[in-house]
Amino acid sequence: MLAALGIGSVDELFADIPESLRASGLDLPPPEAELELAARLEALAARNRTELVSFLGAGVYRHWTPPAVDQLLIRGEWYTAYTPYQPEISQGTLQSIYEYESLIAELVDLDVVSASHYDGAAATAEAALMTCRATRRERVLVSRAVHPQVRATIATYFEGGLEIDEIPLVAAGDAAGTTDLEALARLLDDPDRPVAGVVAAQPNFLGLLEPMREIGEAAHGAGALFVAFVEPVSLAVLEPPGAYGADIAAGEGQPLGIAPQYGGPYLGILATNDALVRQIPGRLVGMTTDLDGQRAFVMTMRAREQDIRRDRAASNICTNQALLALAASIYLATIGPHGLRDVAATGAARAAELEAALAAIGVERLHRGPYLNEFAIRVPKARAVHRRLLDRGVLAGLALADAEPDDPALADALLVCTTEVTTSDEIRRFAEALADELTTDRPGPAPALAEATR
Amino acid sequence: MSVTGARLEPTLFERSRPGRGDGKIPHPPKDALERIPAAARRSTPPALPELNEPEVVRHYVNLSQLNYAVDTGFYPLGSCTMKFNPKLNEWAARLPGFAGLHPLVPDEVAQGTLQLLWELEEALAAISGMRAVTLQPAAGAQGELTGILMIRAYHRSRGDTERSEVLVPDSSHGTNPATASMAGYRTITIPSAADGGVDVDAFSAALGPRTAAVMITNPSTLGLFEHRIGELLEAVHAAGALAYMDGANLNAILGRFKPGEAGFDVMHFNVHKTFSTPHGGGGPGAGPVGVGESLLPFLPTPRVLREDDGTYRLERPGERPESIGRLRGFVGNTGVLVRAYAYIRAHGAAGLREVSDDAVLAANYLMHRLEGTYDLPHPGPCKHEFVASAATLKKRTGVRTLDIAKRLIDYGFHPPTIYFPLIVEEAMLIEPTETESLETLDAFADALIAIAAEAEADPDVVRGAPHTAPVKRLDEATAARNPNLRWRGMTGRQMPCPD
Repeated sequence: MLAALGIGSVDELFADIPESLRASGLDLPPPEAELELAARLEALAARNRTELVSFLGAGVYRHWTPPAVDQLLIRGEWYTAYTPYQPEISQGTLQSIYEYESLIAELVDLDVVSASHYDGAAATAEAALMTCRATRRERVLVSRAVHPQVRATIATYFEGGLEIDEIPLVAAGDAAGTTDLEALARLLDDPDRPVAGVVAAQPNFLGLLEPMREIGEAAHGAGALFVAFVEPVSLAVLEPPGAYGADIAAGEGQPLGIAPQYGGPYLGILATNDALVRQIPGRLVGMTTDLDGQRAFVMTMRAREQDIRRDRAASNICTNQALLALAASIYLATIGPHGLRDVAATGAARAAELEAALAAIGVERLHRGPYLNEFAIRVPKARAVHRRLLDRGVLAGLALADAEPDDPALADALLVCTTEVTTSDEIRRFAEALADELTTDRPGPAPALAEATR
Repeated sequence: MSVTGARLEPTLFERSRPGRGDGKIPHPPKDALERIPAAARRSTPPALPELNEPEVVRHYVNLSQLNYAVDTGFYPLGSCTMKFNPKLNEWAARLPGFAGLHPLVPDEVAQGTLQLLWELEEALAAISGMRAVTLQPAAGAQGELTGILMIRAYHRSRGDTERSEVLVPDSSHGTNPATASMAGYRTITIPSAADGGVDVDAFSAALGPRTAAVMITNPSTLGLFEHRIGELLEAVHAAGALAYMDGANLNAILGRFKPGEAGFDVMHFNVHKTFSTPHGGGGPGAGPVGVGESLLPFLPTPRVLREDDGTYRLERPGERPESIGRLRGFVGNTGVLVRAYAYIRAHGAAGLREVSDDAVLAANYLMHRLEGTYDLPHPGPCKHEFVASAATLKKRTGVRTLDIAKRLIDYGFHPPTIYFPLIVEEAMLIEPTETESLETLDAFADALIAIAAEAEADPDVVRGAPHTAPVKRLDEATAARNPNLRWRGMTGRQMPCPD
């Protein structure tokens, strides 16, 4: 190639980099052959402790993923393709996205689903921005019971000049831990600062079920849009956003067949109704025909996107999470509607079992309201207990003080979750270990604890 | 190779038959949901398809075969760096220790991944000459938003609140101006000079006390190194603004140019381009961002920290109050970053430099092969990609770049990026990458030359292309006018299943 170009060295092709700006050198570890590198990677992976009996959820959930999902996903035809800009040779990706849009639309009971966003938090931030564009208002209300990382992400996306207020939670009584409807009404009743959108989560960060219909009605009564943050597996059994009047659904798609892998890549779900289709950011795939009249699929309504509209685009999003949307679709196709219901219902049944096992050792829930498969428990010195349980091989959920350091109501609480992969044996181990920790922390063993752990 | 498996697939919904699919998990007790209030329960189950596993497998295997991919053939999509994705990296990301790790575990449980992330940050800092790197952004565009929000925080921290504009060259990716808007800035577009570089006079005229930042892609989307970058950066800093480098084209300059050393204040990396993580049909990516000293306090939270005793931990909420906050949940697209880490460790310094050398050599060779057949608006050494144009050919034959792109499909190649950058008429942005053989490059050049000859002799065969793909050109107008964005009414409308 050098000869064809009539040059003696590849260096000549870099002559346009001014001498004074050329790199000083590159200080990196030496290259490794595949065998060496594989050993290094295995050693690093082995330094993570993934053998723990885990009750940790808090937005990311362990589920059984049929091996068919990954074995189909890893095919190079999916993995090593780019965005389907050339539809004639991308019908596989395009049809799979159309099917993804359709599957999620069924789950959330809405009309339009974007081809994917980065994750649940970023999708929710985009949803909040959508409400501002659609209403031409600049203030959004976010329930304090939306995942703290989702709230933080919305705050960052609103740095460009939009406003956020948090809706506090009910402090005591049967509704404790859920969005305070009276406070919401007061926040909405501010003619100088009209609200574009209201964001609430179902189930909420503390695992509790929210009065979504009432929150939505309050939002609509003030001319605001309603954004529901949802967990997709729960939608097999819980009322979907479209049914309780949400205008936009956002959510974390990770539970649909995607491994936890320390934070991503996950799947940002974003859906809305037909009225807001021009406001939704991200790619959309539609069904059409080719010149022969043959059914085919294509990216559509592209005028919302950055490569066409540039500074007036609905969002700057380009690369999305297409492969994860595919994983979610394969998962849903494999597990089916009955399987998905079984996943959600089994998680709920295991949670009831866990609640009973913990109650038997004297550990109570922090709240009274109904939950699906995750709930908070009151544990004195929760952080310390949580750390010590690690030594016993138990990951006792999330110490809520780590996630919500500013909330005194959550200082001595653990958020625990179960799914269909949780076993009765694991629940027993957790209860025994926790009972042991709590008794060693006290002057003498409580008789009830000794009874329960026998 | 060509896309095969031309038989189109019915949708999942058309394949569905009531009662199919079972046996994945045990059935729960009948009363499992009794304690959920009726008002919160779903009254009608979602109309998801019901299929047995063999049908699901055939569906997705058949669908996959309608795709063109790097694993099936040459994919010279300019600015997208469609290089080979080493299979070791897929294996690594699936190691249970990495894949099974929950992102909210205590730091002591995640030492292996935290070490990997910390080492990757160090490597990216070394490669870019930046002071520190955040791995949080999920993709390049989110990296851009991270960078511009940090620049905003920087100006504010100095009480400098009058800066409301971001300068962006007209050859830039659309994400640059879209990002500026998202961060609340107005975009000022700077034209390109005749030599393809930024028009320095126009640039200097636009630069001033209202300029918050400039965003420059280097090498540019014309495949050219911005050779006056030194004076541009000096002018930016003299005006009190900061300089953002869009690192989408970093694949061309590894080991040759470090943006941080040259004076850029912030940049993003596209690991799904430069560091070979798979594109996945549109994503996932990861868009780490490197910063210089001035933006260090504003990096997103949480950062990965290394303690004196050699252990690693994540920053706690509120630990660094000047941070712009978080752009997404958790620490980042860690699974993608494992692959990027493996890529960098496999290559080392010499290997990465060779990556760029070979990518630039391949692009120059291909450009040389097309000389005389297509217009080359910016001849002379290109970097990792170059722009060819069919403007002259179109005038003579009526055959457009779009037609040539579609005809390439019949020849078994993925078309290059077309009609981008927007500033070149009938543009084809061609990026061969370093992982292609000389035979492949020659075959592609031969195809483009043959198509130019066809355009003269038999233009209809080009205009009617593709002829061999699973579908013909699509009716995009109807798709946009009457959008059909989801399947409806699964039951009662099922087509016969072909299997």
